[in-house]
Amino acid sequence: MSNYIGTTGLVMNEPLIFERSSEGKRGIDVPKSDVGDVRPEEVIPTDLLRTNIEGFPEVSEVDVVRHFVRISQWNYGVDTGMYPLGSCTMKYNPKVNEDIARLPGFARTHPYQPEGLSQGALQLMYELERYLAEISGMDSVTLQPAAGAQGELCGMLMMAAYFSKTGKPRRKVIIPDTAHGTNPASVTLAGLTAVPVKTGHEGILTPDAVMAVMDEDTAGIMITNPNTLGLFERHIKEISDIVHKKGGFVYCDGANMNALLGIARLGDMGVDVVHMNLHKTFSTPHGGGGPGAGPVGVKKELEPFLPIPRIVKKNINPVTFPHPHPTPPLEGEGAKEAPLPQGEDEGEGGSSCIYKFIYDSPDSIGRLRAFYGNFGVLVRAYAYIRAMGPEGLRKAGEMAVLNANYVKEGLKSHYHLPYNQPCMHECVFSDKLQLEKGFNTLDIAKRLMDYGFHPPTVYFPLVVHDAIMIEPTESEDKAGLDGFIDAMKRIAEEEPELVRSAPHKTRVGRLDEAKAARKPVLRWRPSVKG
Amino acid sequence: MDFPKELKYHKEHCWVKVEGNRALIGITEHAQEELGDIVYVELPERGSETEQDESFGTVESAKAISELFAPVSGHVVDINDDLADQPELINDDPYESGWMIEIEMSDTSELKNLLTADQYKKYIEEEKG
Repeated sequence: MSNYIGTTGLVMNEPLIFERSSEGKRGIDVPKSDVGDVRPEEVIPTDLLRTNIEGFPEVSEVDVVRHFVRISQWNYGVDTGMYPLGSCTMKYNPKVNEDIARLPGFARTHPYQPEGLSQGALQLMYELERYLAEISGMDSVTLQPAAGAQGELCGMLMMAAYFSKTGKPRRKVIIPDTAHGTNPASVTLAGLTAVPVKTGHEGILTPDAVMAVMDEDTAGIMITNPNTLGLFERHIKEISDIVHKKGGFVYCDGANMNALLGIARLGDMGVDVVHMNLHKTFSTPHGGGGPGAGPVGVKKELEPFLPIPRIVKKNINPVTFPHPHPTPPLEGEGAKEAPLPQGEDEGEGGSSCIYKFIYDSPDSIGRLRAFYGNFGVLVRAYAYIRAMGPEGLRKAGEMAVLNANYVKEGLKSHYHLPYNQPCMHECVFSDKLQLEKGFNTLDIAKRLMDYGFHPPTVYFPLVVHDAIMIEPTESEDKAGLDGFIDAMKRIAEEEPELVRSAPHKTRVGRLDEAKAARKPVLRWRPSVKG
Repeated sequence: MDFPKELKYHKEHCWVKVEGNRALIGITEHAQEELGDIVYVELPERGSETEQDESFGTVESAKAISELFAPVSGHVVDINDDLADQPELINDDPYESGWMIEIEMSDTSELKNLLTADQYKKYIEEEKG
């Protein structure tokens, strides 16, 4: 194992910042106030005043810096090594994205700035909407949803609103058993009922299964393509036709869109609504659970229901505006511009504004998010799309699929592969062969850390018993993939006890996950000072 | 694996202990083993209704959250309050102290849809494949 990047080293212990406190320490020297003293109790109701902040840490600047640097060194990210977390598309986030996001015009803009002073930001959002529409094959896009799950909710609310408007509300949504858990949750949150449907023996949904449950009380289907087994839903068009024939909509969870980038468009497969996870497919940080972004694309029929505000580009007269900023098409001359809504007025910002927010949209489901979505994330995704271009995006999709198939082929001699067929961006194994030896999926995941890899997704999707779900992404080269495959093979052959007691090289050993969930300690209190 | 003869079993892995028109319900040894360490259980309120084959709550383990499906329809007369603080009772003792809810059955004829211990054992073996 000596050739592996995983090793032990000098890793500092570090207490909580509260426990570093020492009375009187300061990080800054506050200048003497040059305005008169105001006693807080004279201006703030006394019941709102704190008399004492228990345990408030008193630390110096160097204490704070060392504290956070040490903690950061306990971390593992895609900048450290391979992060094959299935269904999460943990691709490398190019640093140029960060450069662009830090341009003062983006980083220091304020959402309350008038439109006339935010034209660059609005242009970026407008163009990103068009690019995402082009990539996914949809007509319109909203950038508001703050994550994939909020995108799902947005989609479900729009579908429900559509049927309410027709006067014949529909109550059900079909969900295959390979779906992400957020799908049925979003359906329920939107006031609809999830109708489960089983995938066929090949790991994909069959038209017959959909036909059997699709009726005129069903608002549509929520499908993930490629699905969470990493398999392409080959019957997607037939399934779409079945759903459309009964007046329903096809929602696609775009979590796995990386596999299709520049190769196939969901809109062309009959999908009516799709959310795209910018933090997956478009290389923005996953950042500790947020902020992400889950823009939603729709076909024409659902456009009136998109959240407000919408961004529009005004028809401008080139005589009046000598420097129009046309959207550079992402691909060729054929790239279409969105038609402009009629009847917009000049509003605040005056006639010099090319890009404007439109709030007048009577059928809209309303606002989903304060202001306009997670703008900083949008900038990074825009930078990625522009840097890659159409050929680059296609290449990313192709390499992601090639890499996953390479891992699948490399490991199927040592791990049980329940669906042995070409995969898309990820492959799913089980621990069936290892259980006979005496260790399981969780043990394998833990042991991988000793070799310097982030564990894959485990125990999902639920249709595979004790699943090990591997998504290498396009970021790894052949040597990296070979290292991972080799580590996985070695683990399969190791002594069961060694695997069961892993990890051995991490700062802390095996944690009691059940106890952490049953008796979580969520808040520091002075009484637990250690 | 232990499947007491005196209990009846539902295909979604709940057991039923029938006493008159009352039914005590929990999950099977097989179910708790598949789930692994159970960390949280969400049960219905006393006084609510259950419907056969419909969800009556969820059980969360370190691996996954799973729905609980009611083996019989009826009125929830009691729930196992101990599970709020000690969900591990389900792992340790699924047929006794790990019970979940007690139902006053509205239709005892539904019991004929349930499996015997032997049938259930065969069913899970087939499911495993």
